[in-house]
Amino acid sequence: MHAEMLVLQFPREVVDQPIIYRLVKDFSLEFNLLRAAINPQQEGLIVMELRGHPQDFRRGLKYLRKAGVKVRQVAREVGRNEESCYQCGTCTAVCPTRALYIERPAMAVAFDAARCSACELCCQVCPAHAMEVRLNREAV
Amino acid sequence: MANYQVNKTYQEINEKIKKGQAVVVTAEEIIDIVRRKGEAEAARTVDVVTTGTFSPMCSSGAILNFGHTKPPIKASRVWLNNVPAYAGLAAVDVYLGATEPAGDDPLNKVYPGEFKYGGGHVIQDLVAGKAVHLVAEAYGTDCYPNKRVEKDVTLGQLPNAVLFNPRNCYQNYNCAVNLSNRTIYTYMGPLRPRAGNANFCTAGQLSPLFNDPYYRTIGIGTRIFLGGGVGYVCFPGTQHNPGKPRGENGIPLGPAGTLMVMGDLQKMSARYLVGVSLLGYGCSLTVGLGIPIPLLNEEIAHFCAVTDDQLLAPVVDYGHDYPEATGRILGHVTYTQLKSGKMDLDGQEVLTVPLSSLVRAREVAQLLKEWIQKGQFLLGEPVELLPGSDAIHCVPTASRDS
Ligand code: SF4
Ligand code: SF4
Repeated sequence: MHAEMLVLQFPREVVDQPIIYRLVKDFSLEFNLLRAAINPQQEGLIVMELRGHPQDFRRGLKYLRKAGVKVRQVAREVGRNEESCYQCGTCTAVCPTRALYIERPAMAVAFDAARCSACELCCQVCPAHAMEVRLNREAV
Repeated sequence: MANYQVNKTYQEINEKIKKGQAVVVTAEEIIDIVRRKGEAEAARTVDVVTTGTFSPMCSSGAILNFGHTKPPIKASRVWLNNVPAYAGLAAVDVYLGATEPAGDDPLNKVYPGEFKYGGGHVIQDLVAGKAVHLVAEAYGTDCYPNKRVEKDVTLGQLPNAVLFNPRNCYQNYNCAVNLSNRTIYTYMGPLRPRAGNANFCTAGQLSPLFNDPYYRTIGIGTRIFLGGGVGYVCFPGTQHNPGKPRGENGIPLGPAGTLMVMGDLQKMSARYLVGVSLLGYGCSLTVGLGIPIPLLNEEIAHFCAVTDDQLLAPVVDYGHDYPEATGRILGHVTYTQLKSGKMDLDGQEVLTVPLSSLVRAREVAQLLKEWIQKGQFLLGEPVELLPGSDAIHCVPTASRDS
């Protein structure tokens, strides 16, 4: 499951189209509306959390952009749930920035949030689902 | 019958444990003791060596009895949190397998599948004390008229719950690489193309069956640490194969011995039984398992002192050879190299990645050590050793002894 906070700007031409409906129906995405300012014949703005399968999510974003909606992805970060992480090291196979690395000889798996690029590669790979995407709500 | 300088019995060691006088060390700590004192002296001073491992072990599951209902049901199809359990047993007994995905899981239809929730997760939820939704269906009989039961159950409410794992604790395992041109998703984790990473899955010198390669002390009835509680070795595991080629030191050069284990699920802990999702592969259960090895004589001390540099894992290509079952091995690599973070594969430096947690394996060995030191855990003397234990292995013990 992939989730992101999005700020969508609807130009006047597309404000009347059932874009969100299509997003839900054609791409099986779920949304959680946080703010909406839409008036007929005027530019509209929606802030929402969108979630779904990563592949559907990507296709959904593509659809939005193609439809003429300006999409801004709000800062999100990846954090580790220390309760769930059991220190195996599987995630170090995919982490491109070495934010996840093994401390030797203890063989403990460390997470350096400062080095994390929030690419989310670890999120699917972690067997314990310990790497979580967190939305930075303050940035909205 | 070999002549040993040290001859201790299970009874003697158990007497010392009961008095709180047993000397217990972990399989990592014994290495230095044997180095300093020699094998015979180590066997004289140390009574028990504790081992540990913490890895996904797919051949795991739980036998659950959910209690007779009113009116009674002879369940033929059962789900727990929507994960199907095998109900082809008597009325309210089921077997819940760790790798069973939830009924509506999209599997690998959207590749690689995420396998978010399955049997292993149900087991962890139960052990964590969470309520689990049970649905049972039946065709109805004269004696069991009920055709459907639906209720929430917690582990404490179940009359019986037994963790029963047909194959755990592999003695050695493959080191997996992928020589193909695309990333593949396996039970050995994600493998990047052109040997982008090499994944391995045992605790090395701390791992139970590396410390007793000829099963001199492990057999039916051995009492063990299982999932945070007490369990037993109840039989050789499925695919137990002691005849695999071994190195000069007697250690198998590939997957060999396995254990069938069971224990009371109600006394286990969610810290040592973790439901996991292996991307593109399926669900599983990560099991914490530790075995105490009594130092009955110096030969056993010799085996327990094994170090990572003497343990070799076969390197296998999961891009081609494993799915085609060619049996080809690319070479062998020591656990010292595997734990170092990189290994050499035909001149290419490859990142090594552990799938089993050494941190938790150490925790298991340490906990088991404390239980024995406190007199809470007695050794179980096997009523029968595992197949392969009768192999003659001449250890040059005397020459190495100080
Ligand atoms: S893969 Fe998950 S559980 Fe394993 S070390 Fe990384 S974050 Fe922790
Ligand atoms: S999100 Fe990407 S960079 Fe951050 S820890 Fe995970 S894999 Fe590494």
